[in-house]
Amino acid sequence: MQFMLLFSRQGKLRLQKWYVPLSDKEKKKITRELVQTVLARKPKMCSFLEWRDLKVVYKRYASLYFCCAIENQDNELITLEIIHRYVELLDKYFGSVCELDIIFNFEKAYFILDEFLLGGEAQDTSKKNVLKAIEQADLLQECRREPPLTVCFLSAQLTTEKPL
Amino acid sequence: MSDVVEKTLSALPSLLSLDSQAGAGKLSPSSKLGNLIKGITELTSKHEEEKLIKKELESIKEQVASPNTTMRQMKEIMVRAIYCEMLGYQASFSYIHAIKLAQQGSVLEKRVGYLAVSLFLNETDEFLLLLVNTVLKDLQSTNLIEVCMALTVVSQMFPKDMIPAILPVVEEKLTHPKEIIRRKAVLALYKFYLIAPNQVQHIHSKFRKALCDKDPGVMTASLHIYLQLIKENPESYKDLTGSMVTILRQVVGGKLPLDFNYHSVPAPWLQIQLLRILAYLGKEDQGTSEMMYDVLEESLRRAEMNHNITYAILFECVKTIYTVHPKSQLLEKAAECIGNFVLSPKINLKYLGLKALTYVVQQDANLALPHQMTIIECLDHSDVIIKRETLELLFRITNAQNVTVIVEKMLEFLRLTCDDYSTIDLVGKVAELAEKYAPDNVWFIQTMNSVFSLGGDVMQPDIPNNFLRLLAEGVDNVEDRQLRLFAVDSYVSLLQGVTAKLPQRFLQVISWVLGEYSYLREEESDPGSVMRLLARLLDQRHTSTETRSWVLGAMTKLCSSPVSVALARDVCERYSGSLNTVLRQKAQELMILSQDTKLRARVLPAEGRLESLEVDSSLSFLDGYVSEALAAGAAPYKSPHQRQEDLVQEKALSLEPYGLSLPVSLSSCSITDRLTDRRSPTLLSMSSGLSGNSTELSHQEGSTTLKLEGVKRVWGKDGYLAQQQSAGETPTPLVELPNPLLSPQSPPSQTQKPSSGLEPDQEKRQLASSLFVGLGSHNSVCLMGRAETAPRHFRRKPRGESSSGASEGSSNSSHSSRSAAVDNLLLSNLLDSTTVASEGGAATTTTPQQTSQRTLDHTTSNGNPHVEGTEQRVEAGGPLSLIRGNGMVAVVPPTHTQTDPQTQQDLHPAPALERPRDLPLASHLPAELSGLARSEFTPLCSDQDSSLALSACRVYKEDALVLLVFISNNNDSALHQMVLQLTCKELEISCISGSPLKEVKGHSVSVCLHTVVMKRASVQVELAGLLSYQRPLGQPQAAQFSLSLSLKHFLRPLTVSTGDYGKMWLSFSHDLKQNLRLVTTEHQEPLTATLDALKGKLHLHVVDIIGSEGIVACRLLQGPGQGQPCLLHCRVNADSLAVWLRSPVPELPDSLLYHCQKALTET
Repeated sequence: MQFMLLFSRQGKLRLQKWYVPLSDKEKKKITRELVQTVLARKPKMCSFLEWRDLKVVYKRYASLYFCCAIENQDNELITLEIIHRYVELLDKYFGSVCELDIIFNFEKAYFILDEFLLGGEAQDTSKKNVLKAIEQADLLQECRREPPLTVCFLSAQLTTEKPL
Repeated sequence: MSDVVEKTLSALPSLLSLDSQAGAGKLSPSSKLGNLIKGITELTSKHEEEKLIKKELESIKEQVASPNTTMRQMKEIMVRAIYCEMLGYQASFSYIHAIKLAQQGSVLEKRVGYLAVSLFLNETDEFLLLLVNTVLKDLQSTNLIEVCMALTVVSQMFPKDMIPAILPVVEEKLTHPKEIIRRKAVLALYKFYLIAPNQVQHIHSKFRKALCDKDPGVMTASLHIYLQLIKENPESYKDLTGSMVTILRQVVGGKLPLDFNYHSVPAPWLQIQLLRILAYLGKEDQGTSEMMYDVLEESLRRAEMNHNITYAILFECVKTIYTVHPKSQLLEKAAECIGNFVLSPKINLKYLGLKALTYVVQQDANLALPHQMTIIECLDHSDVIIKRETLELLFRITNAQNVTVIVEKMLEFLRLTCDDYSTIDLVGKVAELAEKYAPDNVWFIQTMNSVFSLGGDVMQPDIPNNFLRLLAEGVDNVEDRQLRLFAVDSYVSLLQGVTAKLPQRFLQVISWVLGEYSYLREEESDPGSVMRLLARLLDQRHTSTETRSWVLGAMTKLCSSPVSVALARDVCERYSGSLNTVLRQKAQELMILSQDTKLRARVLPAEGRLESLEVDSSLSFLDGYVSEALAAGAAPYKSPHQRQEDLVQEKALSLEPYGLSLPVSLSSCSITDRLTDRRSPTLLSMSSGLSGNSTELSHQEGSTTLKLEGVKRVWGKDGYLAQQQSAGETPTPLVELPNPLLSPQSPPSQTQKPSSGLEPDQEKRQLASSLFVGLGSHNSVCLMGRAETAPRHFRRKPRGESSSGASEGSSNSSHSSRSAAVDNLLLSNLLDSTTVASEGGAATTTTPQQTSQRTLDHTTSNGNPHVEGTEQRVEAGGPLSLIRGNGMVAVVPPTHTQTDPQTQQDLHPAPALERPRDLPLASHLPAELSGLARSEFTPLCSDQDSSLALSACRVYKEDALVLLVFISNNNDSALHQMVLQLTCKELEISCISGSPLKEVKGHSVSVCLHTVVMKRASVQVELAGLLSYQRPLGQPQAAQFSLSLSLKHFLRPLTVSTGDYGKMWLSFSHDLKQNLRLVTTEHQEPLTATLDALKGKLHLHVVDIIGSEGIVACRLLQGPGQGQPCLLHCRVNADSLAVWLRSPVPELPDSLLYHCQKALTET
C-alpha cells in the first residue's frame, strides 16, 4: 500500500498515512486532487480508480471516505476488505464510531491503524489481537502512576492471554 | 513475577476497562485540542482558519520552547501540532520536540512522540538520525510495549545508513518468546530488505525459521519477505513450493485457529499472499505448476460464499491459474469464474472481470466472445472507469476488420474526457491502431487528424514524429502520392476554417506537410493560396513561437511563384526584426531564398527532395575552417554536454580529465538522421520539435503492454493453445466457436442468449458484430501474434532506415581492412580453444553446476582486463599488461554451449548445442573494439530451427559499456525489416551503430552496438530486448530475450592521487561501513591479497596501501560523462577487513558493497 487517506464529504482531511516517502508538496497535491476526484464520483460507481499512475481503492462509510492507493499487482478487493476491517476495528474500539470520534481522537485512530497495518502490510487479521494491543497501551494511561515494574508486568500479562 | 501478583494484577484491567473501553476519554471538548477543533468548525472562511491556526502555532511554539513544559503537556501539544499539520500548516519547529518526546517521555508520551515522528518526518530526513539511539534503547527495553513501539516506528521509516546499528537487536527479537514481537521484528526486517537488501542477506536462514514459526501470525509476516524474494529470483526458492502448497491446503481446509477467520473465511490475507507466491513459483515451470494444481482447484471450489472476501480470493486464484503452466481443466474453471465476474450486477466485480478479460484475451481472443453484449453495455456505462477499462479490452482484440468501430469508440471517449493521463494513453493507442490496421488513406488521415486535435500538446512527441516519417517514407508510387495529396487537401480545408482551437503540435505537422507536399496540388489551384493560409497562421496571436518557425520553414519551401515571393517579403520584413533569434534566422533564410531562385533550387530541390540526402556527419568540409581558427588561437569545440559537465565539475569535484582530442568531439556532435534534418534547410532548430528517440518509443510501447507480469510467456506454442487445438479435434469440442465469418445478419450464437435476460436491441447487435468481427475467423495462434493484414504502407517502420546503410557500411569496411590481422589471430585462437574444450567435454561428463563453475573460473582467471590510461597501465603491470602486449585480449569462449552463470537463469530455453560453430563471432567484433577487454559471448536466444541466433558480448570501454548483439542468420534467405530494441528502466542505452539494421543476408552475421551506462546504481539490472524481423514471404516475427547486467560491468578504476583522494573523501556525503572477509594466500599480505582480488574482479584502482590500511577508488559509469566516484577505505581488523565506502551517490556504496562481498566469498 502506498498511502491511506480519510476525508469527510466536505473534503476535509481526517487522517493521512503515507507508506512511501514523498515530499510535503507532492503529498498535498495528491491529497487535494484525489479528494476532488473521489468526491466527484457518484455512489453507484465502481470503488476502484485508475488515477494517474496509481491504483486507488475507496469506500464511503457514512460521512467519511476511506481511500487507499495500492501497488499495481495488489488485489483491489482485498484492499476494500482492509478498509472494512479497519472500520470494524474503529467501531469496536469507539463503540459505534462516528466522524466526531475520529476528529477528536485522531491519535487513537492512528494507533489502531499502526497496529493493523505495519509499513503498509496488513499485520494481523484477528480483530481481537489488534484491539488488545491498543487497550493494553490505553490501560497504562490509567495506571500511569504505577511503578515501572508493574507497567512492564502488566503488558507482559496482557499479551499472554493471546491464544496460540 | 509470582503467580499471585499476576492474578492480582490481572483483575486490574477489568476494573479499569469501564473507562478505557468504548473510547477512553471520548470527546474531551474541554481540552485544548477540543477547543481548537471546535473553534475551527465555527469559522466560516478559509482566511479566518488561517488566522486561528497561525495563532495556535505561535502559542505551541512558545510552549515547546519553554523549559517548564512537562512531558505530559508536551504530549498534548504534539497532538495539536499533528492536527495543524493535517490541516496543511507547517509546524516544522515541533519536529525536534517530537523526537525529544519519544526519547524522554514515559511509555504513553513516547507513543505520541513516535506517532508524531512517523507522521512528520520522511525516510530521508536528517532528524531521524537523532532517533536512532532512542530506538536502540527501546528495542532493548524490558517493557514489551516499548519494544513494540520501537519496532513499529522502525518498520515505517528508518534511515538506510543506520540499519546496521540496530540490525543485531532486531534480529535477536526473531527468537523472542512473544509472538507479537516476533511478528513485528519480521516485518521490520522485511522493511530493511526493501530499502537495503544487502544488509539482511546474512539472515536468510532466519527467515526460514520465521516461516516455520508455530504462530500463524509470524508465518504470515514472513511471507511478505518471501513474496519479495521469490519475485526477484524464483529459481532459488523452488524448493519451497511444497511447503507453500501445504500451508495453503491447511488454510483452505480450515486448520487455522478460528481467530484468523475473517467473515468466516479462513485467513484471506494469508491465502492471497500464498496464491501470489505460487504464481511466481509456477510461472514457466511445468513441474512446479503440477504440484499446485490440486490446491488451486480446491481454492476455487471452496471460495463459494457470496461475499467480497471470497471474490478477492477467487480473483487472485484466477490470476495465478493464468500465470502458472496452463492446465486446461483449471483454465476452463477460471474462464467460467471470469465470466461470473463480468456478468455480476456488482459494479466492482464487473470491473475486475473486464480487467481479467483484458489480459486473458491476449492469449485467446475467443474468451471475449461470450461476453459481447456485456462489453457493449459497459461501453456506454455511466462510470468512466468501466468505460475506460472496456476500451482497454477492445484495444486488445482489435484487428483489421473491426478497427474502424473500435477507434471510433475510443475517439468518442477522448472527446469527453478531460483527464490528461487517459488522453495521453488513449491517443497513443489510437495512433498505434491507425498505423497498424488502417483500411484506407482517407480514414487514416482523418483519424490522425482527430488524434492530433484531441491529443493536443500533451501527447507523446513520437506520435507526430512517426506520422511524418510515415508520410515521407515509401516509394514515390501512386498510393503514396494519394495519401500525401489527401493530407494536404484536408489540411488546407482545416486552415481555411477556424484555427484558433487547433493545438500547436498539430499546426506544426500541418505546416511541415504543406511545405513539403503542396506542390502535389499546385497545378489545380492558385499558387499563392497555401502561402496565404500560412501567413494567416503567422498573424494569429495564439500561434506559439515554435510553430511560427515551422510555418516560416514551410513558406521557404513554397515561395516559388511571384505571388508567393511578394507575400514572403512581407512576412520577412515583419519577422527579421523579431526578438526571437530562431524566428529572425528563419525570416532571413526565407528572405534570401525567396529572392535567389537558383540557390533555392539547390538547397531545396522540388523533385529531388524525396531522395534522401547524404549527410556528411563528420562535417569534414569544415575541417579547413576549424584548423585555421585553431591556429589563430580559438578554443577547441566542446559539445554542449561536455560543457555542462565541465560546469558541474567546477562546482563539485575535479576528477582527472581524460584528454579528449578535437576530432573526437567534432564527430560526436554529428547531425543525427532525423527526418527533418534531411529535408529542411534549417537543421537544428526544426529537429527540436520533432525529436523522439528510440527510448521514448520503447517506453511508450512498454506502457501499452500488459501490466500483469508474466502472463504472456506461459502461452508458448506447446502450451495451452496446443492443448485446446487437440481438444478441438476430439469429437466433443470444449467451446463451441461461432461461425468464423460473422456477418451483421447472423450474430454469433452466444449473443442469442444474453445473460441479462433482456433482448438486446438491433443496434447493439450490430455494434457487437462489427466489434467482434474477425475474432472467430482466425485461429487463436494467429491472434496471438496479432497478424497484420493491413496494407504494408501503414505499418510502423523501423527508425532511420536510410542512414543505417552508410554507417554500417563504413564500419564494416574499416573493420575488414584494418583488423584483418587481429581477426586471424583471434580466429585461430578460438579454433584452438574450441577443440580443447570439446575434447575436455568428451573426456569428462560434467554436471551443469560444474560447467557453470568452470565458466566462472574462466572469467576470473582470464579476467576482464581493462584498458586504462597509459599511466594506469604502468601501474597495473603483471599479467594484465602481458596480455595486452600481445595484442590479444579477452576471453575466448571455450564453446558456445556455456553461458555466463549470471545470465543463465534468465535465458530462454535456447538450443545452445545446435549453435553453428562455423561462425566465430569474435571475427565480427568491430575493429575499434577488438583491442578492448570484453566478456565472452553469451547466447541470448534462437528460434526453433536455429536459423536465427542472437548472442551478446560486453566490451568494457573507458567511458561506457558497449553491448554488442550479434544476429547470426544461418538460413539461405535474408532477414528484412529488422528492428532491435533494448529496454531497461535503470539503464541509459544509446545505439552506436547497426540498430536500424534493415536486413541480414543469408549465412551472415550482423552486429548492433549500444553503449550502456547506468541511470542509477543498482546491484543488478535486467535488460529486455526485442528483435523483430521478417523473412521473405513470411510473417513478421519477433524474438525476445533478456540479459542481466551487474554493477561490476559498469565499474571502472578511478586513478587519483592520495592527496586528491583525501579531498574527495571529505566532500562525499553517503557512506557505509561493513566488515568483509579477508583473503589469505601464502605469499601475500592478507590486505594486499584482498585488495588484489577486488581489483581483479571489480576493476577497482588501489590508490595506496599504508601499513594495515588501504585506499581504493573506482567510478561507476552513470549518466553522461565520466561517472560517479566511490571511494573505499579498508583497514585490517584482526581477521576481517573493515571497509568504509563513500560516494556522492546514495545507492552506490550499498550496491558496490554487495559485489565486494560476493567477490570475496568467491575467492
